[in-house]
Amino acid sequence: MPENSTSPLLEIRDLRIEATVYPPGEAPHDITIVDGVSLTLQKGKVLGLIGESGAGKSTIGLASMAYGRGGVRITGGKVVLNGRDVLKAGRQGLRSLRGKEVRYVAQSAAAAFNPAHRLMDQVVEAAVVHGVASRAEAEKRAKSLFRKLSLPDPDNIGKRYPHQVSGGQLQRVMTAMALCSEPDLIVFDEPTTALDVTTQIDVLAAIKDAIRDTGVAALYITHDLAVVAQVSDEIMVLRHGKLVEWGHTRQIIKEPRQEYTNQLVSVHEIEHQEKPPRETPLLSVRNVTAAYGGGPIDVLKDISVDLYAGQTLAVVGESGSGKSTLARAITGLLPPKEGSIEFAGRTLPSRLAERTRDDLRELQMIYQMADVAMNPRQTVGTIIGRPLEFYFGIRGRERDARVEELLDKIEMGHGFKDRYPAELSGGQKQRVCIARALAAKPSLIICDEVTSALDPLVANGILRLLLELQAEEDVAYLFITHDLATVKSIADSIAVMYQGSVVRYGSKSKVLAPPFDDYTDLLLSSVPEMEIGWLEKAISSRRMESAGN
Amino acid sequence: MGMVARLVAQRLALGLLLLFAVSILIFAGTQILPGDVAQSILGQSATPEALANLRKELGLNEPALSRYFSWLGGLLTGDLGTSLSSGADISSAIASRLANTLFLASVAAVVSVPLAILLGLIAVRYRDRWPDKMISAVTLASISLPEFFIGYVLIFFVAVKLAWFPSIATVYDGMGFGQRLMTVALPAATLTLVVLAHMMRMTRAAILNVMQSAYVETAELKGLTAFDVIRKHAFPNAIAPIVNVVMLNLAFLVVGVVVVEVIFVYPGMGQYLVDHVSKRDVPVVQACGLIFAAFYIGLNLVADIVAILTNPRLRHPK
Repeated sequence: MPENSTSPLLEIRDLRIEATVYPPGEAPHDITIVDGVSLTLQKGKVLGLIGESGAGKSTIGLASMAYGRGGVRITGGKVVLNGRDVLKAGRQGLRSLRGKEVRYVAQSAAAAFNPAHRLMDQVVEAAVVHGVASRAEAEKRAKSLFRKLSLPDPDNIGKRYPHQVSGGQLQRVMTAMALCSEPDLIVFDEPTTALDVTTQIDVLAAIKDAIRDTGVAALYITHDLAVVAQVSDEIMVLRHGKLVEWGHTRQIIKEPRQEYTNQLVSVHEIEHQEKPPRETPLLSVRNVTAAYGGGPIDVLKDISVDLYAGQTLAVVGESGSGKSTLARAITGLLPPKEGSIEFAGRTLPSRLAERTRDDLRELQMIYQMADVAMNPRQTVGTIIGRPLEFYFGIRGRERDARVEELLDKIEMGHGFKDRYPAELSGGQKQRVCIARALAAKPSLIICDEVTSALDPLVANGILRLLLELQAEEDVAYLFITHDLATVKSIADSIAVMYQGSVVRYGSKSKVLAPPFDDYTDLLLSSVPEMEIGWLEKAISSRRMESAGN
Repeated sequence: MGMVARLVAQRLALGLLLLFAVSILIFAGTQILPGDVAQSILGQSATPEALANLRKELGLNEPALSRYFSWLGGLLTGDLGTSLSSGADISSAIASRLANTLFLASVAAVVSVPLAILLGLIAVRYRDRWPDKMISAVTLASISLPEFFIGYVLIFFVAVKLAWFPSIATVYDGMGFGQRLMTVALPAATLTLVVLAHMMRMTRAAILNVMQSAYVETAELKGLTAFDVIRKHAFPNAIAPIVNVVMLNLAFLVVGVVVVEVIFVYPGMGQYLVDHVSKRDVPVVQACGLIFAAFYIGLNLVADIVAILTNPRLRHPK
């Protein structure tokens, strides 16, 4: 544990947080969300809180403002900020504390800004209400913060409404909003998680500079160890509401003492040998151009890619690049304006309604949000058994036997047959979706960001499972993702998409080897590496490049 | 601004189209009613010649289409025709009735709309605590009781026992404003009790829905007071659904007052309509129907336009 000097800014002692849960079919009972966590934070320092979902990171962050989200109760311990016990502050004291001394930066700035008011009104609100500054002073400060955070047109961006600026810019405006009332502490709650990698790096650099220049202290909450390694002085690893390990950033990522930390540090190391292309492709997308609603904007522009049986084609790109639209064109949900989809040597009808049931069976999908892709009123057995009935007419005992076989394949016990989706964890839900896709015995499964909503370790398990199943069943995957690390672990060939076009395409070894085109270079250099000082290096090499051009 | 203007123009055009469609429906509806207008005017003992003469006079022998268009043409020039039963000009007869109805509706609206929204805000502020429960219980009880029951209860206690307000709401020309207000106090109170619950519950639901959003959490974490969070951050985003239900209830205040007008013997549109339905006075029924429809469509149009104008995405496009 790092040494503590006297009178820290924030001191949390034996924090205990509980909530009452109401599980279906059971009596309501209390669960412990945070169990005896203690921490101290010095003025101007940054402490990273890291862990998987459910680790209690955000809950601890919000507890420093004595705030409990959704009926969460702080039932024990002490939170002392600036020498004052926050949990005993009273309503009035709490209000001035929240607006002045400690501020919060949320994960999704797009949701955290009020759509009905201009940005400036929201940015200066707390400073004005709590008497930190007059309206005019606060606006002046906000503008200088906008400039510091390298927002475009800093003098006028405050006149805009939230929907008029991009996600990355909003996240920076939110940081300016937090800094505007000159707080002593800011709680950053996954501030870059919802952003594209190429945007994340700029926001991260802006946040880091702002922290350094203003001398504010921060709790930086994230599940991404590589990100937190760039901004924090110390890192605290949490799991199931308990402290796992706490140390200086270098020690945590270089010499983790706990097995769990070690797992987090080495999470992405799946070795995947690229398979050589076969003679004829299974799926061949030929010169596909598509637009939504017959509109004038082509969302896909002249796309041509091949996928071989038993292999994986990763389609990678930022949000809005057309990855998911490509999946819609292939599945027939969005008939292309031009071009064709060839499958197993024949041309598929472009419209879903014209495809035969066997065409449908051959092409299955797995989605990002497993919970909304399943009917919450059906048991796992019904969900997995449905394709068996629909495509093969298998019923009764034979169906049950097949369902159990499929549960074996996804490494889940037969007892799960009678469970409902709400009773499963995120990873288990995604496994059930995989089993449902496999039940149809398809030759191709389209995986649309299937690991994006999962914690790194769980996502890793899903990737391993997908690779094993590919070896057993010889199924091909069209793997859509924005995460380049995932691509490295699973792909045989890669298509990089940017603004509706494929800008780079080929075997994995070819695509990931220099010389790179500009966009792929930007994409690859934006993926945070678990290395202290990576951010500065990446930013300065980027500046040198743009200066060189 | 171009997009908003276009959307608003679109709504207005749709409203007019709808009104036109309603006029066809009303006309067609009154045509297929059983019975003969001439017969009902002259009575069972009328001679065939007299009937034929009257039909000719009323233009009933013309084809329905040409009668519809001459009716429509009259409407567009402000001529609603003449009453069959009294021979009076409908436009002038309706004008004073409509003014009375609108006066009553306005008094009820001025009281009920702000009250409903305020009660809704209070219910949100103290949700699931006793003020919320009490507001819900009282307003829901008042909406559950039929309006004639509320009307008679009010008459019994407030008019008969306490003698604060008159039980019969007779208004006449030349009455002072204050006196008029006294006269309509009880019918307005009855209407208020009837519409309050719906508006208050919708205000509460719309704001509670917004209270779940992340930007309300942001506002709370800025250390704003609970009431400021609701007023500044939740309410502006709940305006559209609230205005929608307010307009529905205003429409009800104009269109649905028949029972209340009859109880308090108030000389408004509702009574006028009921009288003439029983006399089978088709032109009057048609005129009343169309005016009610116009109010209904107009108020809902206002709700739509407010929803468009309060949406920052439409007001300030990218």
